[in-house]
Amino acid sequence: MRSSDGSLIEVHLTVNGDAVRRAVPPERTLAELLREDLLLTGCKQGCDQGDCGACTVLVDGRAQLACLTLVVAIDGATIETVEGLQQRGRLHPLQAAFVAHGAAQCGFCTPGMLLSAVALLRASPRASRDEIRAGLAGNLCRCTGYVKIIDAVEAVARGDDEEPAP
Amino acid sequence: MQPLPPLAWSAPTTIDEVVAALAEGVPGEVRLHAGGTDLVPNLKRGVTSARRLIGLGRVAELQELVDGPADALGVGAAVTLDDLGRDPRVVARWPAVAEAARQVASPQLRRMATLGGNLCLDTRCRFYDQSAFWRGALGGCLKADGDACHVVPTGRKCVAACCADTPAPLIAAGAELELASVRGPRRVHVADFFAGDGARNHTLAPDELLVRVWLPAPAPGTRAGYQRLRRRGAIDFPLLTVAATVVVERDVVRAVTVVVGALGAVPRRLRGLDALAVGRPLDAAVRAAIAAAATRQCHPLDNLGDAAWRQAVVAPLVRRTLEALEPATAPDAASLR
Repeated sequence: MRSSDGSLIEVHLTVNGDAVRRAVPPERTLAELLREDLLLTGCKQGCDQGDCGACTVLVDGRAQLACLTLVVAIDGATIETVEGLQQRGRLHPLQAAFVAHGAAQCGFCTPGMLLSAVALLRASPRASRDEIRAGLAGNLCRCTGYVKIIDAVEAVARGDDEEPAP
Repeated sequence: MQPLPPLAWSAPTTIDEVVAALAEGVPGEVRLHAGGTDLVPNLKRGVTSARRLIGLGRVAELQELVDGPADALGVGAAVTLDDLGRDPRVVARWPAVAEAARQVASPQLRRMATLGGNLCLDTRCRFYDQSAFWRGALGGCLKADGDACHVVPTGRKCVAACCADTPAPLIAAGAELELASVRGPRRVHVADFFAGDGARNHTLAPDELLVRVWLPAPAPGTRAGYQRLRRRGAIDFPLLTVAATVVVERDVVRAVTVVVGALGAVPRRLRGLDALAVGRPLDAAVRAAIAAAATRQCHPLDNLGDAAWRQAVVAPLVRRTLEALEPATAPDAASLR
């Protein structure tokens, strides 16, 4: 992959553990690739211009915005989406905590919230409530259900959950 | 949703290849892509255009922080704001620059956005940062698709604001920019990088690449701070920025620089502060005098809305910045961390 004049460019990614090879136009965003090509519709296009955080996915372990990410700019990257959080049919501890705490109302922001929280707790497993608030500051919930979302993440960070995070 | 226009892409691996590609490109058609957090949404909304992007993610030199002569630090233009705000050298010696980087937008955007992109951030105005449909209903403006200014109806120059966080603290720190093109390298002070026209508020030539930001070692006794005004605690662009660098020796001010941003196209360095502060302790009276000077010299326009509120907050924000200065430690102390 070097250059192009408007033609398709081949890109290699690892998406939720699977190798993906696709030829994409340079203007293809990661959100479009995930949703339209790979049918991973857990990546939500809310504002589609970087304000809302609903499209947050992990790119090489860092929570980033898929709507502003050009696929050609992340050739070789490892992507994790909400579809990859469960393991062998069991919810990720953060997903289980969201259920237990009623942390979803309409649910549109939930995948992005989860992935921001996953990245935060990997870096800082015992994050304080303030650190959780700061870590989720780029994810908007238009139902304004922030308190229960933060409660859920805090419960996992405090170790209230019996199962260790993978 | 909001599809991007068709684009061509190249991903060079060296600075020489980037500047060669810039020199071959048609100005206005070629754009540099680093984090994409300003360029991509602007392309989606049609407030800027491009046909060809040059990706900077494979140019290793642009992603690095390098030690320079005289204890300066060179920050690659494609270093992310997240990495900049955490770097122990930057945190210890240029605390206002690190704080500004940590205040930008949201965590996700800071992991993508770069220092070079923040310096070259497109200016903002509430009559410009809108969809093509919205702007078309007003007939465009001096910045895009029109010849009128809706902020200053008699104005002939665009007054869209520089809403980046890092320029003010970089100017206050005396930072310089290293630029490259096929015509050769050049260096420019950050203050001289900006130009007083919101339609294009910097002096980077169409064939030039911003390579590095050079942070000079702070003088002994330097204290620095950064504060910004925002509507919400995250995501939003600043409505005002204030950066200050004060050198204090034996409890007496030796030098003071205060820069206020998000007014117009260029961050404003306050004038006449030496007479108010140098030779005196930085006490409440001196802080109040500097804040009063800021109110006299800064006049927020309606470009970002809430002009009266922003005018009222200039003085408190300057005072608060001067009250919360942090020591910029000497290189030796930083290296011990």
